[in-house]
Amino acid sequence: MKIAAEKNIFDVESIRKDFPILSRKVNGYPLVYFDNAATSQTPQQVIDAISDYYTGYNANIHRGVHTLSQEATDAYEGARQKVQQHFNAEKSHEIIFTSGTTHAINLVAHGFGSLLSKGDEILVSALEHHSNIVPWQMLCERTGAVMKVIPMNDNGMLQMDQFEELLSEKTKLVFLNHVSNALGTINPVREIIQKAHTKGAAVLLDGAQAAPHIKADVQELDVDFYVVSGHKMCGPTGVGILYGKEEWLEKLPPYQGGGEMIATVTFEKTTYAGLPHKFEAGTPNICGGIAFGAALDYLNNIGFEKIAAYEHELLEYATEKLLEIQDLRIYGISKEKTAVISFNIGEIHPYDIGTIVDKLGIAVRTGHHCAQPIMDYYKIPGTVRASFAFYNTKEEIDTFVEAVKKAKTMLS
Amino acid sequence: MSNNIKEIQEEIVDEFALFDDWMQRYEHMIELGKSLPLIDEKYKTEDNLIMGCQSKVWVHAEMKNEKLIFTADSDAIITKGIIAVLIRSFSNQHPKDIIDADTQFIDEIGLKEHLSPTRANGLVSMIKQLKMYAVAYQTQLN
Repeated sequence: MKIAAEKNIFDVESIRKDFPILSRKVNGYPLVYFDNAATSQTPQQVIDAISDYYTGYNANIHRGVHTLSQEATDAYEGARQKVQQHFNAEKSHEIIFTSGTTHAINLVAHGFGSLLSKGDEILVSALEHHSNIVPWQMLCERTGAVMKVIPMNDNGMLQMDQFEELLSEKTKLVFLNHVSNALGTINPVREIIQKAHTKGAAVLLDGAQAAPHIKADVQELDVDFYVVSGHKMCGPTGVGILYGKEEWLEKLPPYQGGGEMIATVTFEKTTYAGLPHKFEAGTPNICGGIAFGAALDYLNNIGFEKIAAYEHELLEYATEKLLEIQDLRIYGISKEKTAVISFNIGEIHPYDIGTIVDKLGIAVRTGHHCAQPIMDYYKIPGTVRASFAFYNTKEEIDTFVEAVKKAKTMLS
Repeated sequence: MSNNIKEIQEEIVDEFALFDDWMQRYEHMIELGKSLPLIDEKYKTEDNLIMGCQSKVWVHAEMKNEKLIFTADSDAIITKGIIAVLIRSFSNQHPKDIIDADTQFIDEIGLKEHLSPTRANGLVSMIKQLKMYAVAYQTQLN
């Protein structure tokens, strides 16, 4: 019994051993990595998957009859199935490998170019990352569709009454992040999806910030498109996922032309391959896809419930400790948020704080976090953002809080 | 006769050499920021904003007796210190001397990490902007 009970305890020290980078020093101090919302660190298991691919079975996929090609194809398609199972997609061909969230959003935005006409409306939340604003603005320019913004309140939450007012028969698409990258707010996506569907509008969720913390079930959410990046989920950079309901993916035209995405080609006419290959022109990031699969295995092996519970503990601990610092203001105080703390102290510029804590070995993000509309709302140049992962510790938070205090003394 | 750029830079290097650790050097730089000749509010325009900085930095230049006088400001204290150090070495100098000056001393005062062009603080952009002013005014003199 005792052993079983101990197994349930979140053993962060043994988890940390999986991440070689966590034992390095920065500016003479042990690294404290609190920039997980920008990119997560990579466990040895994923590094091994990358290394195994290049040392064991590097080959181009889908076309080769030779053994290496078949092994690589099996591994890559196996990764697709892992993604399918992880997000509980109904079919594996609803999973499209992309280079990341931005690529996935652009793919959908491009496709909607042929589905929208002048006067159609698309709704965006005020909490968006630039990558979930700009492609849609470009789409509006091409099609004459109109973009409307769901406003936020002081707590960093969306104003749902305003959303309902904006939503109409003209609304064709609603796109928002599942979790805000700048503030960590978890948006009420279920309600948004359900209401959007009553008007026949499709919903795209940017899951880049949610996926490392919350295991989204795309069927249960009934979401039309869900996009994520591998590098925020302990996977490598340069790989991401577009999940789309089959009916929607069938409606969208191909994004890029090239090999892999064709069925037949003559100079007169090309017929396109079926899903998912229609959207995967050219040789894909084979190794990246396989390693992303390994990252999902790694995270699922620990368990998302455990990860979420532990990260929430870190969030509460850090929030309490940071708020002990006089004049420190936290932005985004929704009850529903992931382990992200965006803050400023008095009139001190976030860049100054980031520079000083870096000298003390601590990595945080400073600036507008590619979400300028949020910064404009609060009338600030940016924030210091500390974002935690399951391999962080309370001791690291203590070190961070002391560093912030030191920075405050130096900069006041 | 004011000191030339090289002499001023050596003076700055000597000052920073008095401090043993990075924290004292940063504190000194923050202090120097407080003595920065401040830009007139009317020159705090988009045109005078240096691109490539995470914080805002405004620089203005004017010529007096064939010498360039720089004024500046920043909304971040460390950045203000960095621009103050640069301006102390470049201000009240002949444009030609500013164009020819090197900025090796930045490395010597322990700010080397800020010299990478990809750093968000834009030290490289600041140096470039000061030199651009010098080039522009030098053309007027020719």
